[in-house]
Amino acid sequence: MISGVVSRISGPVVLSERLRGSQMYDVVKVGEQELNGEIIRLDGDQAVIQVYEDTTGLKVGEKVVNTGLPLSVELGPGLLSSIYDGIQRPLPLLAEKSGNFITRGISLPGLSRERSWEFLPRARKGDQVTGGDVIGTVTEYHIEHRVMVPPLVSGTIREIFEGKFKVDDTIARLEDGTEISLMQTWPVRKGRPYTRKMDPDTLLATGQRVFDTLFPVTKGGTAMIPGGFGTGKTVAEQTLAKWSDTQIVVYIGCGERGNEMTDVLTEFPELLDPRTNLPLIQRTILIANTSNMPVAAREASIYTGITLAEYYRDMGYDVALMADSTSRWGEALREVSGRLEEMPGEEGYPAYLATRLAAFYERAGRVVCLGSGERLGSITVVGAVSPPGGDFSEPITQNTLRITGTFWALDTSLAYRRHFPSVNWIKSYSLYLEQVREWYEKTGFADWKDLRAQTMYLLQKEVELQEIVQLVGPDALPESEKAILEVTRMIREDFLQQSAYHEVDSFCPLDKQYWMLKVIIAFYERVNQAMGRGVPLTKILKIPVKAEIGRMKELTDVEQIKGLVSHINDELRGLEGE
Amino acid sequence: MTGTPLYSKESRTVGYVSGPLIFVQNVKGVSYGEVVRIVTPNGDERTGQVLDISKDMAVVQVYEGTSGIDTLKTRVRFTGEPPRIRVSVDMLGRIFDGVGKIRDKGPEIMEEANLDIHGMPINPSARDTPADFIQTGMSTIDGLNTLVRGQKLPIFSGAGLPANKLAAQIARQARVLGEEEKFAVVFVAMGITYKEASFFMKDFERTGALERVVFFMNLADDPTIERIATPRVALTTAEFLAYTHDLHVLVILTDMINYCEALREISTAREEVPGRRGYPGYMYTDLASIYERAGRVKGSKGSITQIPILTMPDDDITHPVPDLTGYITEGQIVLSRDLFRRGADPPVDALPCLSRLMNLGIGPGKTREDHRNVADQLYASYAYGRDLRRLVAIVGEEALTELDKKYLKFADDFERQFITQGDENRTISQTLDIGWHLFATLPEDELKRIKRDYIQKYHPTHRKE
Repeated sequence: MISGVVSRISGPVVLSERLRGSQMYDVVKVGEQELNGEIIRLDGDQAVIQVYEDTTGLKVGEKVVNTGLPLSVELGPGLLSSIYDGIQRPLPLLAEKSGNFITRGISLPGLSRERSWEFLPRARKGDQVTGGDVIGTVTEYHIEHRVMVPPLVSGTIREIFEGKFKVDDTIARLEDGTEISLMQTWPVRKGRPYTRKMDPDTLLATGQRVFDTLFPVTKGGTAMIPGGFGTGKTVAEQTLAKWSDTQIVVYIGCGERGNEMTDVLTEFPELLDPRTNLPLIQRTILIANTSNMPVAAREASIYTGITLAEYYRDMGYDVALMADSTSRWGEALREVSGRLEEMPGEEGYPAYLATRLAAFYERAGRVVCLGSGERLGSITVVGAVSPPGGDFSEPITQNTLRITGTFWALDTSLAYRRHFPSVNWIKSYSLYLEQVREWYEKTGFADWKDLRAQTMYLLQKEVELQEIVQLVGPDALPESEKAILEVTRMIREDFLQQSAYHEVDSFCPLDKQYWMLKVIIAFYERVNQAMGRGVPLTKILKIPVKAEIGRMKELTDVEQIKGLVSHINDELRGLEGE
Repeated sequence: MTGTPLYSKESRTVGYVSGPLIFVQNVKGVSYGEVVRIVTPNGDERTGQVLDISKDMAVVQVYEGTSGIDTLKTRVRFTGEPPRIRVSVDMLGRIFDGVGKIRDKGPEIMEEANLDIHGMPINPSARDTPADFIQTGMSTIDGLNTLVRGQKLPIFSGAGLPANKLAAQIARQARVLGEEEKFAVVFVAMGITYKEASFFMKDFERTGALERVVFFMNLADDPTIERIATPRVALTTAEFLAYTHDLHVLVILTDMINYCEALREISTAREEVPGRRGYPGYMYTDLASIYERAGRVKGSKGSITQIPILTMPDDDITHPVPDLTGYITEGQIVLSRDLFRRGADPPVDALPCLSRLMNLGIGPGKTREDHRNVADQLYASYAYGRDLRRLVAIVGEEALTELDKKYLKFADDFERQFITQGDENRTISQTLDIGWHLFATLPEDELKRIKRDYIQKYHPTHRKE
């Protein structure tokens, strides 16, 4: 084992001598307290180490031991419903060991060594297996946890066992003596291999109208949510984590508030997944590096999270990964880069920021999994971005924009008037519209594209009309344009606004979304017809169905919403008759 | 802090002095973050802290400033200890300076514990969810941006706006309904004037709360760099009171902008790559290490609630200090010059205000069932009314529809009746009823954010029946 000595300390960055022979990204134990760290630069026999724990009290001359292993995570049953820090230490166990405050130099395995799992083999003695092959299953809550041959292993099974095992017990042995257990490890900075990537073609249903109907993201796609403080990034991320149509959710709280993680921890066990009716926590893995936890571990937390997501993807599941917030990750890069005295790029961020961001988002995608048998898995990444001053021209927002498929721009002025989710419908976009159109058509919503186009047209028209109103007042508009303003107000208030806390409205199924919009557009078309027959707008605006449209959100029965179309027809016909 | 340690490392090898930093050469065995005692040629004793060490040099930030330090005779002694504070429940009612030394003429404190001022991050899984509604008696806070125990809710102010009055009123009126529990206030002054500090002191004295307050004073004419330590010293004391003595502690930190200037000064002296407006890139992390010390932990009855006050330079909410603060804290209360001129008291601009933990503290059993709906509706209607004001300025009031005129009046009434309250201490029911009283001026169909049941139950026109 290579060991060296500390020669310089500057915050989370430590310089060590006599580490010749070490490799980049090797994990090292620093000082007498054995703080966890990682080598991020090598220069002759000197190594620069970023330390994942607070370095206060560390001295020049203390020893540094290289473990010879890259930063890795443990993958196996027991991940679901866990809460980890940035380097996969289980936080509840950490609290048991060291109390309510995080102390330093504690190493804990990511997976419990005590718990036993019932293993059901699927492969048999004599089977030829290669990396990614499923050799058996374990039931983890309601999820069928598929035990796979580690990616780089292959051979013939000499023996395979059935029964209760701990994660590090041997469950199978190959002819060459390789032992396979329920658990495998994988270095976090390296993407897990797959057979090939596929184009995403399925909508990731989130139960949120503005996302699903206007700016959809696909399973295996990427989305970003930038917004100033208070615009609802975290609420949006949490809402997606709650209602996304995936089997597994990985939620990374990266440099955010401690109380938010507590909130997730108390809320998720109580909320039920609308599709399985089981507690949400049972499909969720949480990674928490709150803003007061060490900066270097923040940089690692993103990679830890996506590696766990890849593991479940490899089993053939759809995984959604929420990263809140990637800006804090970028800032962690900047801080470490600053301490390394690297040449700064834009706003002090290192020049490799764009490369790192791209490498992270490219680990998303829909893939044919490694191993025999056609398994399809996907990872959808939704990254929150916290631009300073809400200014989208800053480097992290701009670099993320180039690589993500859906852009949900949160808007401070919408948040001020409590229009939530505060997604700005003019600035946001989705690059997956074409794929999603095909999916919607197959699923039985044939005119989704037209409906969306009509809605977007009206919303765009509203912006133009508002400019005129600001100059000359609303009276100067012709009746037909006043009607547009009434309808767009309806779209905004009765369709786009959605309460994350309302017992019914927080989750809106696709057919309800579709019919709500359909009713509003039908209203617009019928109003136009009625006005064409000479009915004045002031009269039209008094019809009682308007209030009913305003209450559509609270309804659970889609038939009732469909019924509103005939109410509109009847009431307007009544006016025409006068 | 006195007494001779058995072993210490002393040197006279100050090689270079720059701003608040000294660079000490040829030192061995120095640890990162330890406290340094510096004696100037004329015998002054100063305190510093190690910021960076390499093989033969240590960079030390000097809290009391570097004037009088030379490179020849100045003696530097490394204590081997991180900065600590001696804490005790006897600190209540006493005044300390920015690094925790006694500033009043009272007796020495009998120490109960000697704690590292940097504390340790709370394990997120050991946090307890803040859920106790604090009634501050202020409508804009209780009704619209509810404060709960364990929250950090800053006040964003502007030069000349009455943030101090608001903070003092909150400290005076805040209580948890249905409980008479032990509380304490930790007041942290960073670079504020004597006048501002004495305003708070007098207010606490007037209400008889002085006995329950610990003051940490780093005034405008005290050393700037000391401010780096002040909030940490104070929060360490607050944590001790909350988690050892089970007190509910309210920490008022004023003014965070002065703290950040001190941070910038050190960063500049270290020749670090500057971030926005010259503030260091790690300011987010640094501020988080202060703000995140608010909260509650499992197994402890006490709590720490923070109300930091910061003055937005030129009323600019996108300035790095309010901006980063807003990203860390659980909401913000924003004061507006415009409302101040219109005579609103307190001049709280409701629209940019936010409390992220509001939902945890309100609703049936805590405040009232209609609370969420009323707050949402007040926001929506007020925001619309404010938009119309801009329109009226261009096209005149005559151009508005009848409904819009009602909204315009609603916005005015809201500012006059709901926001403005002077020294009045309102209960949460009073606050919500004022809201309903305002809704009565709008057509009932417009109240889309409110459940029909609540309209039947609380709307003034239905109540009469």
